Amino acid sequence: MAVLPAEARAIDGRGLRADFPVFERPTRSGRPLSYLDSASSSQKPRSVIEAVADAYGHHYANVHRGVYELSVDADARFEGAREAVAAFIGAPSHREVIFVRNATEALNLVAFSFGRSTLRAGDLVLSTQMEHHANLVPWQQLAAATGATLDHVHLTDDGRLDPADLARQLERRPRIVAVSHVSNALGTINPVGEITRLAHDVGATVVLDAAQSAPHMALDVEALGVDFAALSGHKMLGPSGIGVLWGRRELLDAMPPFLTGGSMIKRVTLDSAEWNEVPWKFEAGTPAIAETSGLAAAISYLDGLGMASIRAHERALFAAAWAGLGAIRGVRLLGPADAEQHAGVISFVVDGVHPHDTATILDEAGIAVRAGHHCAQPVMQRYDLPATTRASFYVYNDLDDVERLVEGVHEVRRVFGLS
Amino acid sequence: MDNLYRDFILEHYREPHNQGVLDPADLRFADSNPTCGDELSMTLRLDLEGQRVADVAFDGRGCAISQASASIMTDGLRGRTLDELRDLDPRAVLADLGVPIGPARLKCALLGYKVLQGAITGGEASWPDEAQVLGDASGGGSAP
Repeated sequence: MAVLPAEARAIDGRGLRADFPVFERPTRSGRPLSYLDSASSSQKPRSVIEAVADAYGHHYANVHRGVYELSVDADARFEGAREAVAAFIGAPSHREVIFVRNATEALNLVAFSFGRSTLRAGDLVLSTQMEHHANLVPWQQLAAATGATLDHVHLTDDGRLDPADLARQLERRPRIVAVSHVSNALGTINPVGEITRLAHDVGATVVLDAAQSAPHMALDVEALGVDFAALSGHKMLGPSGIGVLWGRRELLDAMPPFLTGGSMIKRVTLDSAEWNEVPWKFEAGTPAIAETSGLAAAISYLDGLGMASIRAHERALFAAAWAGLGAIRGVRLLGPADAEQHAGVISFVVDGVHPHDTATILDEAGIAVRAGHHCAQPVMQRYDLPATTRASFYVYNDLDDVERLVEGVHEVRRVFGLS
Repeated sequence: MDNLYRDFILEHYREPHNQGVLDPADLRFADSNPTCGDELSMTLRLDLEGQRVADVAFDGRGCAISQASASIMTDGLRGRTLDELRDLDPRAVLADLGVPIGPARLKCALLGYKVLQGAITGGEASWPDEAQVLGDASGGGSAP
C-alpha cells in the first residue's frame, strides 16, 4: 500500500457516494452499483448537478452581449469559471483558458489552428503508440493536409513509452510532440515534465492530452512546461459538453481562429472580419453557459478533497486491484506494475473469455466496467488483442469495489468453466 | 445467475459449428463489430443452379455471443435459397440464439447475420434497426 503524502487526507469513498445521486439507483443484480468506468466518464456530485440547475434557474442569460443585470450576472459566472480552471491547472492567466466541448475539440483546435498555420511539408509531428484516437486522428489529418510526417514513440511490453525510441525520434527534430499525460487504455502515467524538457531542447511545441490526468492528480501546466493542454469536464465530475484548451498566450495570440462566427470577432464588414482577443477569439457562438458553472462546482469539489489525496486514494485502489486480479489464474494485466507509473485504470484480459463477455458477467453483479478498444485501437494492435476489459477508479470507489471486481472475475472464470 | 451464458451457448463458443474457410467459395464477405473490433468472415458454396446454399463456413475471433450466434445461424443455412436468406428476419436469428439479448450485446448477436447479408448482396449491409429488432423480442434484455 502506498504511504499517504503529508498533505493528503484519506478519502472515504463509501462516504462520498452519498454525494452522488446515481448510487441511489438500484441495479438488476440487487446489489449497489459499483461504478468502475470513470475513465470513460465520471459520475456527478449533487453540487455539480445543482450548480447547473441553479445557473439555468436563476442566473441564465447569454454571455458577453447583454447590458442588463441578468446578463452581467451570467457573464460574471462564466468568466469566474474560467478563473477557477486557470487556478486548477496552474495557468498563469485565465486569458489562456479556452472553453470548448471536450478534450477532443481542444486537440482538434490545436491541430487545425496551430498545426495548419505553422507546419510545412516534410515537418515531423511526433505522437505515441498509446494515444486515444482524439490525440491521434487530428494529427493524421494535419499530416495529410500539410504534407507533414506523423510518427509515434513505441511502447515497451509493460505499456510505457520506450525512452530509447523517444530519444531517437526526438533527434529527428519534430515540430510538434503530442502526448497523453495518462493513457486511458493502459493507465500509464507518462513522465511529461521530462518529455517536455527533451522536446523543447529540439525546438518542438508540446501538446498534452490531460483528459485522464486532470481529474485524478494535481495538474500544473507551468511546472510541466507544456505548451498546450486539453481537458474534458465530464471526466472530472463536471457536466458533459464542456472542456478546456489551455495554451501559452503568445502561441494563442499568433494562431488563426478555428471556428468563426459570433462572439469571436472584433469588427465585421460584408467582406472581412477582425478577430477578438484571446480567449474569445476561439469561442465562436453561444458557449455551454450553465455547464461552465457545473465545471466550476466540480473543481470546487475536487479542491475540497485535494488532488494529492485523490491521487493517493486511487494509487491504493490500483495497488489492491493489481494484486487481486494478478493473483487470478489466466488473468493478464496491461501497463506498468509500478503504482508510481500507473493511474487508477486497469486494463486486463481473462484467457479464454472475450472482454465483452467478462464485462457482461460483471454487469450481472452490478459492476460497471468497459470492454472494447477504449478508442485506442493502436494500443490493442500493439499487444495483439482485439479488446480489453477496463476497470477505472475515482473518488467514490473504495476497497469494496476492488473486492467485488476480483470476486466478479473469479465468477467469470466459473461461468466459462475455467475454474 | 444470468440466462445469457447457458451451457449450449458456451458449447458453441468453445466448439463452433461450421468454423473455417471454404476454398473455393461462391460468396464471401468479412465485417467487424464497431464496439469491439471483432472480425467475422463467411464463405458460402452454392448448388449447381446457384440458388441454394450447399455449404457455409465462418471464421474469426469474437465473444461468446457472436460466436454462438454465427454457429447456430449457419447450422440452418444449408439447402435454403438466397432469396430466403435475403429475407431472413434478424428477430429469427435472435430467437434461434435462444437467450435474451439486450441493446448492449445486439451487435454481437447480429454480427454473423450482417456478414451473411453482406455475402449475399455483395456489399456491406447496414445494422438492423435496434428498436425494431428488440421491440418485442428482448423480453427485458440481458444487459442495459
